[in-house]
Amino acid sequence: MTETPKIRLRGVTKRFGDKLVLDGIDLDVMPRTSMVVIGGSGSGKSVLIKCILGLIEPDSGSIEIDGQDVLRLPPHEREAVRAGIGMLFQNGALFDSISVADNVAFGLLAQKKATRAEARRRADEVLAQVGLAASVGDLSPAELSGGMQKRVALARAIAAAPDILFFDEPTTGLDPIMGAVIDGLIVEQVKRMGSTAIAITHDMASAKRIGDRAAMIHKGRIVWEGPADRLMDSGSAMVDQFTHGRRDGPIQMELRK
Amino acid sequence: MVVLNAVLHFVAAIGRLVLGACAATGRVAVFAALGLSHIVRPPFYGRAFLRALVEIGFFSLPVVALTAVFTGMVLALQSSIGLSRFSADSAIASLVVLSITRELGPVLAGLMVAGRVGAAMAAEIGTMRVTDQIDALTTLSTNPMKYLVAPRLLAGVVALPMLVVVADILGVMGGFIIAVAKLGFNPITYLADTMRFMEAGDVISGLVKAAVFGFVITLMGCYQGYNSRGGAQGVGAATTSAVVTASVLILALDYVLTEMFFTK
Repeated sequence: MTETPKIRLRGVTKRFGDKLVLDGIDLDVMPRTSMVVIGGSGSGKSVLIKCILGLIEPDSGSIEIDGQDVLRLPPHEREAVRAGIGMLFQNGALFDSISVADNVAFGLLAQKKATRAEARRRADEVLAQVGLAASVGDLSPAELSGGMQKRVALARAIAAAPDILFFDEPTTGLDPIMGAVIDGLIVEQVKRMGSTAIAITHDMASAKRIGDRAAMIHKGRIVWEGPADRLMDSGSAMVDQFTHGRRDGPIQMELRK
Repeated sequence: MVVLNAVLHFVAAIGRLVLGACAATGRVAVFAALGLSHIVRPPFYGRAFLRALVEIGFFSLPVVALTAVFTGMVLALQSSIGLSRFSADSAIASLVVLSITRELGPVLAGLMVAGRVGAAMAAEIGTMRVTDQIDALTTLSTNPMKYLVAPRLLAGVVALPMLVVVADILGVMGGFIIAVAKLGFNPITYLADTMRFMEAGDVISGLVKAAVFGFVITLMGCYQGYNSRGGAQGVGAATTSAVVTASVLILALDYVLTEMFFTK
């Protein structure tokens, strides 16, 4: 008997005004695997993740998590599904009005999974897992470097030990070494928790480090899917052009003249 | 034919404006109803409410106090100039207390708070919107309307009347200082006149106005911030809109409430 995909998308379509951003996306992500979605700017990667999270409502199609179509669930059940998902936003999206520790503990307290003292202990524990000292917890996010903010955002995403993790451009804005450190932490945490992950990225080095499988999205459609270690020799002209950063090929940049 | 087309274009432009205004009003009304519904439905964010209460009430005290004192002083001075022409100087105390409690206390406190708090609120929530912090709240099982909007709306409704009580006292005190120190009034007589002419209804109507203005200021700050788009420029535009719309609404609602309270 075949295993049910953890996340299954069928015909997911989203349009903003005249612009068709997602054009019938079909995608399966199996349990405990990491799927990397690559694609150019404006190809619909972030919208895809936001649709799965329920931050954007697709116009049509179905999004199944553990076999349940979340688009047809009542709000409180959808909320429960969302509570099992952790998200690392592109710019961290840390709450700047509260401390680092409160950021990390936020989800635990909101989901009533811990008392304030327990949440603080868990925050210190998770900060240590991402290589930050407990004293960092008392700082404000604005006092941290970009790399430290990414670590804190990762700590916040994994604090409640979610089943599913999403990473939106996890290495954007970081130097190559810090990017590799963050990728290493992501792989380590995903494996440790046995989570299913979807990462969207432009960074090929990051894609190969994070992903078990990879998919490429172009003009709102999945144009290739395969093992992440085949990204550089996928056999797809589009993927080859993208991964090798070639100017000429089937993907034409839309430039205004 | 050309004239007919021009007239049609003109009518269509007016129609679009009216429809746009109706749609915007509808969006604000839905936002307000949603915010109000979250005030009465658990979970409640007591810390967020107290933080907003301190931000709106406590930190607005200096600006509201200064505005009230100087307004009371100017009112006493100007009314003495006007009333002395009719030998009616004794009416200064009643004029100051009625003007301050019924109108100037709530309206000026409202305008000051709209400038200070409405702008800050729109900027804070707008920045949260454009940096994905509002989406992050949703992913962390927290309803942004409940966490960001409802506590601020409630804090606005509670804090503004408290500020207006202070403004009323200080405004009357400003008038008293000028009347006694500059115009030569007997302090006891002036205070007795103030107490004699002041009625509970005057103060209460001012406090009701203040609660309404507090709601409007926080509503516009939250609404504009929550719906801001497009980075720093969008946040700037949201901030301006929050202050302008709240200020205009305060003046318009002041008229409506005055009609309701004092017109028979």
